[in-house]
Amino acid sequence: MIRVELPQHLQALARVGREVEVSVDGPVTVGAVLDAVEARYPVLQGTIRDHVSKKRRPFLRFFACQDDLSLEGPDLLLPEPVVRGTEPFMIVGAIAGG
Amino acid sequence: MSGVRVLVGTKKGAFVLTSDGKRQAWAVSGPHFPGWEIYHLKGSPADPNRLYASQSSGWFGQVMQRSNDAGATWEPVDNKFVYDGTTGTHQWYDGTPHPWEFKRVWHLEPSLSDPDTVYAGVEDAALFRTTDGGKSWHEMAGLRNHGSGSKWQPGAGGLGLHTILLDPTNPQRMFIAISAAGAFRTDDGGTTWTPINRGLKSQYIPDPEAEVGHCVHRIALHPSRPNTLFMQKHWDVMRTDDAGGQWTEVSGNLPTDFGFPIDVHAHEPDTIYVVPITSDSHHFPPEGKLRVYRSRTGGNEWEPLTKGLPQQDCYVNVLRDAMAVDRLDSCGVYFGTTGGQVYASADSGDSWVPIVRDLPAVLSVEVQTLP
Repeated sequence: MIRVELPQHLQALARVGREVEVSVDGPVTVGAVLDAVEARYPVLQGTIRDHVSKKRRPFLRFFACQDDLSLEGPDLLLPEPVVRGTEPFMIVGAIAGG
Repeated sequence: MSGVRVLVGTKKGAFVLTSDGKRQAWAVSGPHFPGWEIYHLKGSPADPNRLYASQSSGWFGQVMQRSNDAGATWEPVDNKFVYDGTTGTHQWYDGTPHPWEFKRVWHLEPSLSDPDTVYAGVEDAALFRTTDGGKSWHEMAGLRNHGSGSKWQPGAGGLGLHTILLDPTNPQRMFIAISAAGAFRTDDGGTTWTPINRGLKSQYIPDPEAEVGHCVHRIALHPSRPNTLFMQKHWDVMRTDDAGGQWTEVSGNLPTDFGFPIDVHAHEPDTIYVVPITSDSHHFPPEGKLRVYRSRTGGNEWEPLTKGLPQQDCYVNVLRDAMAVDRLDSCGVYFGTTGGQVYASADSGDSWVPIVRDLPAVLSVEVQTLP
């Protein structure tokens, strides 16, 4: 199972805790994990990436194993610890002052 | 005894205020959706327990919520707003073509007869509709494609469709307003649209009397007289008696005719309310005095309403969707401020009390009069 950490507002929207688990058939890419998250929690569709273009919403970032993957494409293969489930794939809201 | 439910959208969540018909003691529920901007929430006239809310965030985009129990519980519904057909362009701030991009839902207008039908005014300006209680939204593309859409240009607050008025005597007729394009009317249920801006004069655009391009802040009508519309424009308070065929200025003796909301008394079609704001660069009341102005003559002759409102050191704003009236006798009038107060008058504006204060900045106020 792939572990995915969600920001607080999306936890509330999906009525889940900080971390959810999804399974991915085939290569574990950024896009495949997001597809799985949205399939399991349809209420999150459109909140992480655009409905149509599938582009990441600009104020969200993707991290894994202390690397910022935000600017990588959806076909990027996630690191092995994420695939094994020892590390989470993190969806993080950009920090804002005020 | 009848009651009142006030639906308040704020920068950091939604609040539901309830009272009996006396409108003296208020219960506050909320925040619902804490931390999210609630541009607007509104109840269905056909089923007062059915509420819809527009929930948005710079981080997470648009979410739509629906309640079947007057706001006790909510369920997310479809949040997919996709422009119909070829998207095309409108004008950007510098006059260059800019593709239409959905940003958020500004205003929700439930059908007068069907709780599952709701119109949504969005930014970038377009009109959407659901007929299945929010399970899906579809653009009514006749508005955006009627011919002038490529000339529409955003105001400082964005290119938002912020007002939707349904004619209770003619289900085929609807009025909408867009900042900064102007007002439009359909007489065929939304298939085709006509700009209704004749008589408006806006010195801040290249052609002050252009067919489109006016920064209309709000329009309002009384259900018994749907051919008469009142408008608070960027500057100027206006009136039309032929459904937008021709507008005339009725600013009269207002201390300033800049402002955002305008509304009509529930039982007196010629009694209207505005909240004058100093200017387009000073979004606070003149002299630090928060005053609602009332005209009992459909404009031109205005009286300040000050009893119970702060008359010194007040520098809040009242946004376009943040005023509403109830249908009790005497008519209740309500407005919310960017300082987080919601003021109510149970006597048609003669006196005011804050029914809640210290909320986040208020974006919208709607009122349901309950049986």
